[in-house]
Amino acid sequence: MSNRLRMVLGRVGQALPALLGVVVVSFILTRALPGDPAVYFAGPAADAKSIQQVRESLGLDRPLMEQFFIYFGDLLDGDLGVSISTGQPVLDELSRRLPASLELTLGALLVSMIIAVPMGILAAVRPGSLFDHGCRVFATAGVSLPTFFTGIVLVFVFYYLLGWVPAPVGRLDFAFLPPPPITGFYTLDAVLAGDSDTALAALGQLLLPIITLALFTLAPITRMTRGAMLQALSSDFIRTARAAGLPSKTVVNRYAFRNAMLPVLTTLGMVFSFTLGANVLVEKVFAWPGIGSFAVDALVVSDYAAVQGFVLSMAVLFVLLNLLIDIAYTLIDPRI
Amino acid sequence: MTSVDLEIKRPRSHLVYVLSQNPVSLVAIFGFGLILFAALFGPVVAPYDPLATNAAEALKAPSWDHWFGTDQLGRDVLSRVLTAARLDLMISFAAVTLSFFIGAGMGSCAGYFGGWFDAISGRIIDTIMAFPLFVLAMGIVAALGNTVENIIYATAIINVPFYARVARAEAAIRRNSGFVQAAKVAGNTDFRILAIHVFPNSLPPMAVQASLNMGWAILNAAGLSFIGLGVRPPTPEWGIMVAEGANFIISGEWWLAIFPGLALMLTVFTFNLLGDALRDIIDPRQRT
Amino acid sequence: MSDVSFPLISIQNLTVSFSTRNGFVKAVSNVSFDLSRGETLGIVGESGSGKSVTSYALMGILDSNGTIDGGKIEYSGMNLRSANEKQMREIRGREISMIFQNPRSALNPIRKIGLQIEDVLRAHCIAVGADARRRAIDLLDKVKIRDPAKRFHSFPHEISGGMCQRVVIALALACSPKVLIADEPTTGLDVTTQKAIMDLIKELGEDQGLSTILITHDLGLAANYCNRVVVMQHGEVIETGGVNSLFRNPSHPYTRALVDATPRRTGIVRELLPKNDPRHSQPEPRPSSSTRSHPLLIVDGLTKEFLDVRSLGWMPWRNNNAIRTDRIFRAVDAVSFELHEGESLGLVGESGCGKSTTSMMVMRLLDLDQGTIQLAGEDIGSVPSTRFARHRARPNLQFVFQDPTESLNPRFTAMRCIADPLLQLGRLSRRSEIKARVEELANLVQLPDSLLSRFPHQLSGGQKARVGIARAIALNPKLLILDEPTAALDVSVQAVVLNLLVDLRAQLGMSYLFVSHDLNVVRLLCDKVMVMQAGRIIEQGPSSKVMNTPKTAYTRQLLASSLEPPHASFRQEIAQ
Repeated sequence: MSNRLRMVLGRVGQALPALLGVVVVSFILTRALPGDPAVYFAGPAADAKSIQQVRESLGLDRPLMEQFFIYFGDLLDGDLGVSISTGQPVLDELSRRLPASLELTLGALLVSMIIAVPMGILAAVRPGSLFDHGCRVFATAGVSLPTFFTGIVLVFVFYYLLGWVPAPVGRLDFAFLPPPPITGFYTLDAVLAGDSDTALAALGQLLLPIITLALFTLAPITRMTRGAMLQALSSDFIRTARAAGLPSKTVVNRYAFRNAMLPVLTTLGMVFSFTLGANVLVEKVFAWPGIGSFAVDALVVSDYAAVQGFVLSMAVLFVLLNLLIDIAYTLIDPRI
Repeated sequence: MTSVDLEIKRPRSHLVYVLSQNPVSLVAIFGFGLILFAALFGPVVAPYDPLATNAAEALKAPSWDHWFGTDQLGRDVLSRVLTAARLDLMISFAAVTLSFFIGAGMGSCAGYFGGWFDAISGRIIDTIMAFPLFVLAMGIVAALGNTVENIIYATAIINVPFYARVARAEAAIRRNSGFVQAAKVAGNTDFRILAIHVFPNSLPPMAVQASLNMGWAILNAAGLSFIGLGVRPPTPEWGIMVAEGANFIISGEWWLAIFPGLALMLTVFTFNLLGDALRDIIDPRQRT
Repeated sequence: MSDVSFPLISIQNLTVSFSTRNGFVKAVSNVSFDLSRGETLGIVGESGSGKSVTSYALMGILDSNGTIDGGKIEYSGMNLRSANEKQMREIRGREISMIFQNPRSALNPIRKIGLQIEDVLRAHCIAVGADARRRAIDLLDKVKIRDPAKRFHSFPHEISGGMCQRVVIALALACSPKVLIADEPTTGLDVTTQKAIMDLIKELGEDQGLSTILITHDLGLAANYCNRVVVMQHGEVIETGGVNSLFRNPSHPYTRALVDATPRRTGIVRELLPKNDPRHSQPEPRPSSSTRSHPLLIVDGLTKEFLDVRSLGWMPWRNNNAIRTDRIFRAVDAVSFELHEGESLGLVGESGCGKSTTSMMVMRLLDLDQGTIQLAGEDIGSVPSTRFARHRARPNLQFVFQDPTESLNPRFTAMRCIADPLLQLGRLSRRSEIKARVEELANLVQLPDSLLSRFPHQLSGGQKARVGIARAIALNPKLLILDEPTAALDVSVQAVVLNLLVDLRAQLGMSYLFVSHDLNVVRLLCDKVMVMQAGRIIEQGPSSKVMNTPKTAYTRQLLASSLEPPHASFRQEIAQ
């Protein structure tokens, strides 16, 4: 076990320089944003003197290196600054909005894995068949879809034309109140509170955005599963299993699939990264109050603390997730 | 002794074989021709001036006069879609070329020489990859300014890791192979080996990566424009057109958003199919 | 004991073809043979002979692009071709079992070996639950794995290659089948392990009344373990016969050439060539031994240490499937020897003994940890390997690689491959001069000019080997190091290449350091030989002396494990 522990600690150690790099890069980027926060904070009636006062109080007149160390120090304290547009601490804003985005992302990943993995396995087991070709085309098409466009088309077809889903106005229709927050996920919280109406309403709002995101993530997961299964099925140890007369269910499931899942697991991190990026676009289309739409609004008004906080939190989330996946892999594969 | 006289693989019949195994590639080639035509001759062939407004003709549904209808300012949607092809393709092509050279150079050196160069470039790539890439592109364009140039730079930066990783892997595989050692024995210096022996062998998988990345670069550029970063109205660009058209789709005027969106989708789809076909031709063992 | 009246397996007029990029390729053509109860049948042939494809067709595990075009396959009177997949699955493992080469990759890398055996037992309803576990441990014991109860829980990457093959054998024999097909079961294993595995198969076979089909390219193996042999070439059966009569008195010229080409304990290199080859009767050139007092190559105290690596098995999504452990492993331990001009020195040992590492260091492709290397009086050992490419001694020290495919740049034509050293270190500047020199070299290695414009994937194994040799002699080196130059070649091609190497040495006045695992091959080319084990040279001396009167037990073991077929003019010595 100590070998494994060393591996895990090694992975954590490897992630630290990347995290540091992220902090530095996001600092640089946001300092380069156009617009002067001092002017904004000082207010429309301010003159040059009061703007300068505001600037000093915000610390914006200090040299860049000093600003960075102040920023870094604040970070370690958990202070991400204050958002210009809302006046709230960025950390509060982010933690309020994060569950909304996570509900989308995790929901989409779950849905797409449930569909994509069996599809990929089936396509690999029948190579060259119509299903296989169809899968390949489907996967390529999925990867080609602009998420914002798919969202809009889905809204047009299922809301405007068919009226099967409620209006894309966010997490809950105005007629409903959000359930008492336990996890932050409206569906879960409503179920936990025993409120089935709200739960269904929340689910209805979730439907289209999750489908949009899921269409996007279906493709790479199907591709990877199919590729990994094909590789596994053509390996020497499958040949041995077949020659020993093992039934094909055992061969495919216990021998091929378990081995194929290893590379799929390691690339899940990449899929998550793409999904976080696509999240931003989907949240804009469906007016979803998540951190993605928060970031877009902040960028437009050069709300530097908010943008910085967003970029940093996304990256930290991503690094943590990859770390978790690495650790999970270390536990599953007996060779490491 | 048996003297086996192996036949030389003729490139034409090989191509025909691949196409016959994967007929969708033919569709891709046809689509690519169409897109290329639109990019090269779009503005010339367009029936109307893409920027000309005409309030009287605003929000007209598709008809014989306007095949794709008109938008809220009376501009012909078909002309705008055709003109936008050139801009979108130019952005992604420039971005992919830039990231190809930077990534390939960095990755090959890292993979072949290892050592401190590999460590440092690995950290840089890790840092880039630590960001959700679209978010990073957003940040870069927002910081540098809303211009087409900056979209190219941003897209190039977020694409570098893909080339760098492939190049590094290919160089590392070949670093200890027989023909590299033979080249050393024959008197080649390390840089010569990397440039003349190792790198040309990495080109095929990198070419596949490039064609697959073109599609993704187009999606990125369009996505950035959709949220208001980069290309500004009234310049016709597929992403912006979808963004503007989104407001009207709720009220039933679907043609403003659907046509540019379809054009975008089909373009990216074509490039992805081409990438798959290229991969089949070059290295059929890696078929996905 | 064979029951000739009713064959256990009967194959008649079997034809198999594959659909490839270049159309349909016939892999097996009209092949017929029988396997009787209790006998061991050998199928021998060179690469491309179709020997493996035949057994794949028999088992019904051909690749998806392969089809059986015609013929009969019968097992115990049952028509296997008309059996459906369900019936075949019942036969595989239960009636007919098959084992393959590369034992480590033949096992599921993430499943305990004991459980894999249990899977087979359960699949054929032989045993379930605790009974299955007991039987699995019994089987591990039967294949002579120590501590079977503990080893039950091991993973394939935790055990050695030889042990992996034993587990594979246990898997195959778990349900007591009647037939065992062994497809190159010992390729890739050490010579000593090879003999142990073959003896195990023979012993278990006799215990269980097994009939065996042994597929191999190694005539010695077939001669020592089979009752009858089928010789195949290009997908056809050339000859069938009892093992002694076939090898001592082959009727078909191909079989005769195959037997002649196999290196033996005695004989000269010319005898490897077929009798109708004009060079067969040419005398073997003996280079004039040097009268200089100072040796060409002096190696003293050569040492190299590595961090040990562990191979992990199937992991195609990673670039290398080995991880570094913390153990330091001394690959080469204070190796010292001398090589005189005109001499041919052999370095023999099993895989992992350090001979390749030694040759890499002498070649200056690898840096030394300790020791010195002197070439013609000049110290080359202290020059770092990254700087040796342009050193003045480089042209005099050249290399012939083991794998002809891997050592040629796939994007270079043969002409460009051979021209590479000339372009870098040769004094020629004009293209016409270089072209002329390449053609001269091609002539020396008997490579037709027309092949010079071809790419490596368009050349056969023997042709690629010649390109490698032509490249190695392009700069007229004084010392040529050859690392298993014929190991990847068919035995008939090897015969020609070995003769070529002998001729070249005399013609160009080169000295050889010949590295190989095969004592018989080394003997043919080398006057002196060194035996290496675990990084040390444990014995050296003139070839005939070392091979006829070995001093160490290890050398004796090596000699005993190298098998050869009986020969018409050769009385088989009793192996020690």
